Amino acid sequence: MIEVRNIKKEFDGKTIIEDVSAVMQTGQCNLIIGASGSGKTVLMKCMVGLFTPDAGDIIYDGKNFTNMAPNEKTEVRKEIGMLFQGSALFDSQTVEQNVMFPLNMFTNWTTRKKLDRVNEVLNRVNLNESNRKFPAELSGGMKKRVALARAIVLNPKYLFCDEPNSGLDPQTSLVIDRLIREITLEFNITTVVNTHDMNSVMEIGNYILYMYKGHKEWEGNNKEIIFSKNKLLNDFIFASDFLQDAKDMRMLEEKGKIANDRDMDELLK
Amino acid sequence: MTLFHDIGQYLLMIKGMFARPESAKMYWKEFIHQCTEIGIGSLGIVAIISVFIGAVSTIQTAYQLVSPLIPPSTIAQIVRDTVILEFAPTLVCIVLAGVAGSRIASELGNMRVSEQIDALEIMGVKTKTYLVLPKIAAALLTIPMLVVISMALGIWGGRLAGVSAGIVSSNVFDKGLLEFFVPYNVIFALTKSYVFAFIISSVPAFYGYYVKGGALEIGRASTKAVVVSCILILFADYILSALLLQNA
Repeated sequence: MIEVRNIKKEFDGKTIIEDVSAVMQTGQCNLIIGASGSGKTVLMKCMVGLFTPDAGDIIYDGKNFTNMAPNEKTEVRKEIGMLFQGSALFDSQTVEQNVMFPLNMFTNWTTRKKLDRVNEVLNRVNLNESNRKFPAELSGGMKKRVALARAIVLNPKYLFCDEPNSGLDPQTSLVIDRLIREITLEFNITTVVNTHDMNSVMEIGNYILYMYKGHKEWEGNNKEIIFSKNKLLNDFIFASDFLQDAKDMRMLEEKGKIANDRDMDELLK
Repeated sequence: MTLFHDIGQYLLMIKGMFARPESAKMYWKEFIHQCTEIGIGSLGIVAIISVFIGAVSTIQTAYQLVSPLIPPSTIAQIVRDTVILEFAPTLVCIVLAGVAGSRIASELGNMRVSEQIDALEIMGVKTKTYLVLPKIAAALLTIPMLVVISMALGIWGGRLAGVSAGIVSSNVFDKGLLEFFVPYNVIFALTKSYVFAFIISSVPAFYGYYVKGGALEIGRASTKAVVVSCILILFADYILSALLLQNA
């Protein structure tokens, strides 16, 4: 579990995030959503220690990460895996070398054991035949999957994903979302995902924190979001008429007014 | 204010790179990789420059020594001392600031911009130790070696030009090389090369490591790194000459 308590962060006197608190549970996909510039990436970077918050605390399973000495933070970071927006793969290394990097750095395993683990995680993200390829030879979705494999290769307790679907087509986005959800459940990880992708919100949002101009505007889950009366949230998530209609339909489904498995062909006759 | 901020940040980077490595094997691998990149990667350009510098020195020295009272072997002495004292350490290091320095700055800058450094930080890798220290250590090992090679090739280039142009015979040149040789000059040149090696590796590493922005900023950081390195090399050259040669 990760607890965020009253986090505040300023840059050059300008407040980017103000008094944000949240509790992110283990074994769940915790989503931070919001428009570009709402402070969600800054919040995530505060959570992983890339930025130091000006006020507030980040608590990892009861341990206050904010007050830790640098060497203690390094120890906690070894339990963190992170998928970056641009994948952040090492350009000069192959897929196999990229995924093996954390194992080479932090374990004394034999090469055979490391290779087995690399193949296991690559297999887990459905990338079986790309070991010898370089990042430049991969598609956007494949790069994300390699980055995800690298993030989970050391069996992390916490997984952070910064806009995992940016630049991907809807179908590939869905594949990545489902992988993140499956991995979260399979390894009982506390997963935190930064996104402004509507599909991700509905697909994997066990807990959703909506940020607006640096503060927490709304929190809930992907069921509650359908019934939310928060105008800012609705304007952001259900921005188009099409999505508004989809929301209305989902509300009717949830209330049992229309059947989930309705036969549209029959209705349209 | 920016200057003091930059100097402070540079010193903190240098301090920050002295930490216990996570994996000695990985750091050793990175060190060897950097030795190959900086040492072997720059060998060709160093060889070409050195031979031509030596050749030009011989021809220009002969051109200026018009008095029949000065023996031709003096040309070899002048070429030897000029190459050892100045051309091999200073000129080669200025070229290396361009070749190796810009590579270091752009490599680290690209890693910073594409979040690779952040990815390493999140993994728990001490990035200053892993990314900066092997580069500086490799430069401190390979650049003095390149300077020694440059000395030898510079003198050989001078001999080749002198003999082929009929300025001086090979026997006279060889005799001149051994006359009034001061071993301290080599020590002075090597001292300079260590100082320059530190500048060539640490200054570009600083500009690359702390780059902010995108591709354009990487280019700017790389250019700035080379310019600042060259100025610092010339400044250090003057200081070291004043300190080590005036009292010698």
